Amino acid sequence: MYSQGLIGADGKTHEDEAFLAAFQARIDAEQKIEPNDPMPEGYRKTLIRQMSQHAHSEIIGMQPEGNWISRAPTLRRKAALLAKVQEEGGHGLYLYSAAETLGVSREEMTDQLLTGAAKYSSIFNYPALTWADIGAIGWLVDGAVIMNQNALCRCSYGPYARAMIRICKEESFHQRQGYEILITLCNGTEQQKELAQDALNRFWWPSLMMFGPSEGGSVHSEQSMLWKIKRFSNDDLRDKFINATVPQAEFLGLKVPDPDLTWNEEKQGYDHGDIDWDEFWRVVKGDGPCNRERLKNRNRVHREGAWVREAALAYAQKRAVREEAARVAAE
Amino acid sequence: MNEAATPLWEVFIRARNGLSHKHAGSIHAADAEMALQAARDVYTRRGEGQSVWVVRSSDIIASDLVDKDMMFEPTASKIYRHPTFYEIPEDVGNM
Repeated sequence: MYSQGLIGADGKTHEDEAFLAAFQARIDAEQKIEPNDPMPEGYRKTLIRQMSQHAHSEIIGMQPEGNWISRAPTLRRKAALLAKVQEEGGHGLYLYSAAETLGVSREEMTDQLLTGAAKYSSIFNYPALTWADIGAIGWLVDGAVIMNQNALCRCSYGPYARAMIRICKEESFHQRQGYEILITLCNGTEQQKELAQDALNRFWWPSLMMFGPSEGGSVHSEQSMLWKIKRFSNDDLRDKFINATVPQAEFLGLKVPDPDLTWNEEKQGYDHGDIDWDEFWRVVKGDGPCNRERLKNRNRVHREGAWVREAALAYAQKRAVREEAARVAAE
Repeated sequence: MNEAATPLWEVFIRARNGLSHKHAGSIHAADAEMALQAARDVYTRRGEGQSVWVVRSSDIIASDLVDKDMMFEPTASKIYRHPTFYEIPEDVGNM
């Protein structure tokens, strides 16, 4: 999904050809690029954009699920959901700190999120209306995330790749807890199964949109591929996701809401129906069901937490002054 | 954005006794105590650590990339530091 972070990314760069060729040779030799290494400005800018939007997605991604923590049906589900939402926040922190190695400050990135200057994944602008949605989010949204993130573990930028490896290790629990919720619902009453089907109906298409539109030879995308910031095309990852997910839906006895979905023997994969890219662009541009609410919440929480940050800094400063005074007195 | 920036700390974790502490990532915190707590919450949720160090990022002295050749290249030319530089007859056996 985080290839959405590359939409509109400006990989333009101004270095001379010898510099760019030397850099490309390192990338082609699968050498990782580390924070202080020489790198094209376009590479740095593209990465900052993608990594910060990835981090913002994790932070905003806490909202749809956080909404259900107090209403989880059992203590077991509640503990799992609480842990999962905490981890989304943790993943955001790994990614912010990896992005900071490129010379952008945490405060700048936070500011870009709060003012709406930076985007986050389109999927988090959809509401979690029922408990079944928590199952669908874990299964489909985290499933799509895993497809993308596994590919990013081999990204050419060292700190990003390392953060992704850590995140991937944790993400598998997220998907499994979601799928388990749906198994329980699908083995339950007729009404519970309907809830599960309804969640799949609403989350299927937005999950496919997470991979971003077909690139169709976009210049930016080719540059990102060349620099190994991105290693697979949006369509390839989306197909991989569909092929993995359709049998899982069948196992649940649920129907994927795509009448055109058919098995293609030749490519050993599924062909899917048209994705409504108008809807995708509406959501990306700020007119999804929850865009305003998500940003409003994030701003409120940031504002309400300001006194905690201020108090912590004031306390640290006071203690530092006292310790210094005690040290001087002891000498 | 007129708030003061919260300091950055580097986090090092010892996975288990017998291994050295290894860099895990970084976090922001107002003081050392909060840095340790945040490092624990962010980097050791699945028993990844037996011990955590936090160090203010600004206190780390790093070698400059510009000096890379001067710092590290000379070691490449000192092949006599490697055991294979010395010729010992096979009859002597493993040494």
